[in-house]
Amino acid sequence: MAFESLADRLQNTFQRIRGKGKVNEADVKEMMREVRLALLEADVNFKVVKDFVKKVSERAVGQEVLKSLSPGQQVIKVVQEELTELMGGEQSKIAVSSRPPTVIMMVGLQGAGKTTTTGKLANLLRKKYNRKPLLVAADIYRPAAIKQLETLGKQLDFPVFSLGDQVSPVEIARQAIAKAKEEHHDYVLIDTAGRLHVDEELMGELKEIQELSSPDEIFLVVDAMTGQDAVNVAQSFNEQLGLTGVVLTKLDGDTRGGAALSIRAVTKTPIKFVGMGEKMDALEPFHPERMASRILGMGDVLTLIEKAQANVDADKAKELEQKMRTMSFTFDDFLEQLGQVRSMGPLDDLLKMLPGANKMKGLNNISIDEKQIGRVEAIIKSMTSNEKEQPEIINAGRRKRIAKGSGTTIQEVNRLLKQFEDMKKMMKQMTNMQKGKKKGFKFPFM
Amino acid sequence: MSFFKKLKEKFTQQSDAVTDKFKQGLTKTRDSFTGRVNDLVARYRKVDEDFFEELEEILFQADVGYETVEQLIEELKMEVKRKNIQDPVQVQSVISEKLVDIYESKGDSNPALNIQEEGLTVILFVGVNGVGKTTTIGKLAHQLKEEGKKVILAAGDTFRAGAIEQLEVWGDRAGVEVIKQAAGSDPAAVMFDALQAAKARGADVLICDTAGRLQNKVNLMKELEKVKRVIEREVPGAPHEVLLVLDATTGQNALNQAKTFKEATNVSGIVLSKLDGTAKGGIVLAIRNELEIPVKFVGLGEKMDDLQVFDPEKYVYGLFANLIDKEPEEYSAPE
Repeated sequence: MAFESLADRLQNTFQRIRGKGKVNEADVKEMMREVRLALLEADVNFKVVKDFVKKVSERAVGQEVLKSLSPGQQVIKVVQEELTELMGGEQSKIAVSSRPPTVIMMVGLQGAGKTTTTGKLANLLRKKYNRKPLLVAADIYRPAAIKQLETLGKQLDFPVFSLGDQVSPVEIARQAIAKAKEEHHDYVLIDTAGRLHVDEELMGELKEIQELSSPDEIFLVVDAMTGQDAVNVAQSFNEQLGLTGVVLTKLDGDTRGGAALSIRAVTKTPIKFVGMGEKMDALEPFHPERMASRILGMGDVLTLIEKAQANVDADKAKELEQKMRTMSFTFDDFLEQLGQVRSMGPLDDLLKMLPGANKMKGLNNISIDEKQIGRVEAIIKSMTSNEKEQPEIINAGRRKRIAKGSGTTIQEVNRLLKQFEDMKKMMKQMTNMQKGKKKGFKFPFM
Repeated sequence: MSFFKKLKEKFTQQSDAVTDKFKQGLTKTRDSFTGRVNDLVARYRKVDEDFFEELEEILFQADVGYETVEQLIEELKMEVKRKNIQDPVQVQSVISEKLVDIYESKGDSNPALNIQEEGLTVILFVGVNGVGKTTTIGKLAHQLKEEGKKVILAAGDTFRAGAIEQLEVWGDRAGVEVIKQAAGSDPAAVMFDALQAAKARGADVLICDTAGRLQNKVNLMKELEKVKRVIEREVPGAPHEVLLVLDATTGQNALNQAKTFKEATNVSGIVLSKLDGTAKGGIVLAIRNELEIPVKFVGLGEKMDDLQVFDPEKYVYGLFANLIDKEPEEYSAPE
């Protein structure tokens, strides 16, 4: 069951009704069914879906969509606008207490990623705000949870406060704050144990920590893959503690992340950060409009563009364009371009951001093997400058040498040469086409 | 006797600890079980579109997933038409029968582990981050040890901070040996060591922990394939079980998880963890429906004996309890 993007679904629906000339309420209803399905497949809570669809269809049945020439796209626009609005603006600020230290409590279910997020947050506080956080190991229940935080602290060079697993978390928090004051830490991050939102005893413990430490922030850490239950969890934690923010973790997976919408709708608490990987700097601000696209299965083009802008030198791109036009594109240029694309991050991640990429059969599972690219690089680097500029001079003897030098096989060298030739041909065609349209040429890989 | 009654009776008659655990996991909804059946029935005098719509939503709420729900509702509607059922009470038994059907019609549903009578049995645990692999291993080690087996654990999660120590604590609790290397070492090498140790010491069962990994991380999935290859090479016929641990709170992504992990490691069974919360893990029905992987265990808490053998009838009863637990808490609709 590959997820089809909402855009495609709506397109299909619309194609069926297009022949009628005019779109009526029944057609809108059919489109709304698709919206509903898309949201349910993305794990948005069914009640939130219900309210949302009701709201969107009111707008759609109103003049906006019916009069439009492209109702399908108009519906997408309305849906996306409403979704983005529902998800709130971008709010990744972290509170600063006027009387330091600022206390942040990390709470959530088991396995959501609280300890890892605590490490990432400390890292962010230091890197971006030049703060000096103290990490507090208050998870005395899960075996080796304290050790986990201590290891992270060591890796990142942060002090970790712990009193072992025989002292109550409330006492740990109390002493940690006292110590932070003494040693002039401006932030205290309390990593609490994972607990079920229906566990009264443990929820009571959190309330005690809260009363004692009067935290400036209480972050609920939630797994982005959470299903319908996200609503119950977020609501419970919010009612009992009054959350100030949500951190959505494991968003580097392939989940659509509908939980984000459910949580936001139920708690009205902003999602502040998203966890995007296992590395300690993989904590990013939350972008509502990107999340909206993702939930709808429409890809994350914005992030892709942003990455491209950050990593591709505009002048070089122009130069390259010129080369393609004049057909003087060489292996050196190819190598450089590979480097630029790679600097945007793992290729798998880039691919995932393309709209429809998760729909294409095969593409979903392929992985671009980074090692393969490494081999391509090795082959090119084993060529002489002459060979790079004039690949046509590469004869059998040279191929053999290149294969040997790069630790690959002659077949692999042949394949690359063939691909390069094909690519040049394609570029020629493309440039010709573009000339006809009088548009600037765009990068081949983007 | 209706299926529904049968289920209820099964629950009331059995008083062993196993059922108690299951009950505890479902207490909130169980308390007023009968009362709520009446509620639902009272609200609906006849089986109409509204009834089905509500039913559909209840199944969505349990994360059963769109396709499976649609399929189920379609079949139900046909059944209702065919048998000319008008009383919601009757429909209920049909629903539970259908749900159990979905589960049992697909391949082998025996939850028993494939434990070798002679020689070493190797069980490999896989799953995404934070689902409870290490905890489940601890519980399973305890259980097998109680059964008189000699168990060894392999600390194959060399990546996450504190993972090795976590497994060691569980090893201590269960009283079984843990084979480990330093953090950051090659998990395949750890497995190799553990396999040699298990063979040398004449262990009955070797349980292998692995680092949590998101299924779309290709390199990490390849690493897992390598771990499995090492096991295959060292012990013919192993791993005898590859258990995928799924967090019951996970939504539709669990299907992707099952698919990808199955491709990489040929998953033989599922452990549905964290079923003691309010989540129902209904996605296992879809997984069963599409991939035919049986659920073998459910995790119902953090204690050593909180791992139970999966029973589809009890599980469906749990979904049902939710079905009868109408309108949980209201929250204000977004403006």
